Amino acid sequence: MSFGCKCGGELNSKLDALLDRYRGQPSALIQVLHQAQELYGYLPRKVLQRVAGALNVPLSQVYGVVSFYSFFTIHPKGKHQISVCKGTACYVRGAGQLLDRIKEELGLKPGETTEDGQFSLEVVRCLGACGLGPVITVDEDVHARVQPERMSDILAAYRQ
Amino acid sequence: MSLVTLTIDGRQVQVPPGTTILAAARQAGVKIPTLCYLEELNVIGACRLCLVQVEGARALVAACVTQVGEGMVVHTNSPAVRQARRLNLELLMSNHPQECLTCVRNTSCELQQLAAELGVGEIRLQGEMSPYEVDDSSPSIIRDPRKCVLCRRCVAVCEKVQGVSAIAVQERGFDTVVAPAFLAPLGEVNCVNCGQCSLVCPTAAIHERDETDKVWAALADPEKHVVVQTAPAVRVSIGEMFGLEPGSIVTGKLVAALRRLGFDKVFDTDFTADLTIMEEGSELIHRLQNGGRLPLITSCSPGWIKFIEHFYPNLLPNLSTCKSPQQMFGTLAKTYYAQKEGIDPVRIFVVSIMPCTAKKYEAGRPEMTSSGYRDVDVVLTTRELGRMLKQAGIDFESLPEEDYDAPLGISTGAGVIFGATGGVMEAALRTAYELVTGATLLSLDFEEVRGLEGVKEASVNLAGTELKVAVAHGLGNARKVLDAVVNKEREYHFIEIMCCPGGCIGGGGQPVPVDNEIRAKRIAAIYQVDRQMPLRKSHENPAVQALYREFLGEPLSHKSHELLHTHYTPRERF
Repeated sequence: MSFGCKCGGELNSKLDALLDRYRGQPSALIQVLHQAQELYGYLPRKVLQRVAGALNVPLSQVYGVVSFYSFFTIHPKGKHQISVCKGTACYVRGAGQLLDRIKEELGLKPGETTEDGQFSLEVVRCLGACGLGPVITVDEDVHARVQPERMSDILAAYRQ
Repeated sequence: MSLVTLTIDGRQVQVPPGTTILAAARQAGVKIPTLCYLEELNVIGACRLCLVQVEGARALVAACVTQVGEGMVVHTNSPAVRQARRLNLELLMSNHPQECLTCVRNTSCELQQLAAELGVGEIRLQGEMSPYEVDDSSPSIIRDPRKCVLCRRCVAVCEKVQGVSAIAVQERGFDTVVAPAFLAPLGEVNCVNCGQCSLVCPTAAIHERDETDKVWAALADPEKHVVVQTAPAVRVSIGEMFGLEPGSIVTGKLVAALRRLGFDKVFDTDFTADLTIMEEGSELIHRLQNGGRLPLITSCSPGWIKFIEHFYPNLLPNLSTCKSPQQMFGTLAKTYYAQKEGIDPVRIFVVSIMPCTAKKYEAGRPEMTSSGYRDVDVVLTTRELGRMLKQAGIDFESLPEEDYDAPLGISTGAGVIFGATGGVMEAALRTAYELVTGATLLSLDFEEVRGLEGVKEASVNLAGTELKVAVAHGLGNARKVLDAVVNKEREYHFIEIMCCPGGCIGGGGQPVPVDNEIRAKRIAAIYQVDRQMPLRKSHENPAVQALYREFLGEPLSHKSHELLHTHYTPRERF
């Protein structure tokens, strides 16, 4: 397996157990996908093929569900998840510049992961902290009133 | 059962409860436009072109998914209805390429037809165009998502009729697209190339790969000796391309038309259908008598072959090793016929006219070169041939009736019934019975294996042995039979499977539209051709007898195996 999974063997046996639990139950598709993504951090092609086979759902339909819901991803997530709020308040207070800055720093566009697997970037709408805009979150941490020039330091703190 | 009474456009209509407004209107002779609707298969109310006004309802309702109610008053032609339908159509057209003049479905496109019927006089709305490109990865089927109206009819057929689900609806919002998983190219997934999607697509978003240019080029090349074979089903369907009634038998005109196009010889796949019976019938008898793997399953239908390779690879040893009649023909054209006529096989160019898109894939399979050359050079569907004839300015209806050329054009009624579901089985039974019992069959008609029932079973007494047979058409029905065999719920000796509903007459390369009424008419025509043939048993075909005498030796001989038999490739399920 690629990065994002610490131990292919352990994860795969967990997937086996998960699939055994729902074998032959097409209606369990979404919850199985949820749990599989929890295991792997994303939904690799091989995992989707195994889910399709076990639940007896055509792969085209499994992919249809995965590509419909933005929660699901077929791309490996980085170790750290950067979410930039582009809700109205954050947007007018400079979220766009933050995204530009992240692109400069990490070469990342929304939906992508850095090649070293450290960071993934996504855009979210309204984190419910409009007064603190522009807001970004990195993993569970909320960073308020972020100025573009602070971005380097913020990211450095997560880099190892 | 008490009927529901409702009023449609001022007229009282009585229908059973549960009937949709659409069906009730049709019964009353009122036409409501539809696009996404496909009877019994795709009833989703998505396109909103069948909107009607129901008095007392909050908004316009989709007639295809709304059931009638007692006392309901429906208006199908009010200003509000007309305006809403037209706007919805304009929205569907707003991202549709305005390429009608050069489109493969020009004059047979439902969107075009609706634009005319609903009176869309100008293009008012120009939307952003689809971000997806044409997928021409498949040898059989071209996907053009730019022309897709997302009606999902193809998805419904692929899933519900064929049980394949090679394609589904992917992504969402403006990015929504009908495609394989991971948006993979169609040529790289478990698509079986049956082309049923292309039969139901209302536009040119899914259509056959057009290879008419290759045939025009070969016909114009004086170095080439161009021979053509016509599949059984084409003679009862190509008339529809020229406005004839479904089920019109146009065998003689078809032969005449092909001569006028410039083919050097016009031959018949029915000849190698008879040959298939000799080989496959012998294979069945051999397996029965030597404890071979049973049930034996027919191998004529290339969509079915790719299906079993993907979905039931464990059953591949059950498949007959016989090549399909198309491929047997190609091989013999470049060996037997070449020798007999003293023509260098390098110069021979074999064209097939098939009701089938999967035949294009079959002809290109790497193993199909046992003549030492590509056995079949180009496969054209019925639709492509129809277009060629129109381009050539041939007035099909006024053509005289002409006969096929000898020897590869000589056939029996057993060959022609390959075109209908149950036909291969019936042809095989006619021959197997006489070969095994040595007696003459009194009645040639095995009615139990005919018709549009999804799975048919019969049992035939072969010299004291009860031969149990099954026939399935449409891959969803094939699954039922195979699962019953795998789960040991049923035991058969011999199974015929055809990929497409109705058999080859309902093939994915046939004229559009196709429904069960049209399938039944084409099938009736096939059996009529059979009845009118002087010979109706494959083993009585004099040209086939001569072929064995002069060239092959006997059925299942070493030479037969080399030229007429093949092998299969297990493939991934996804």
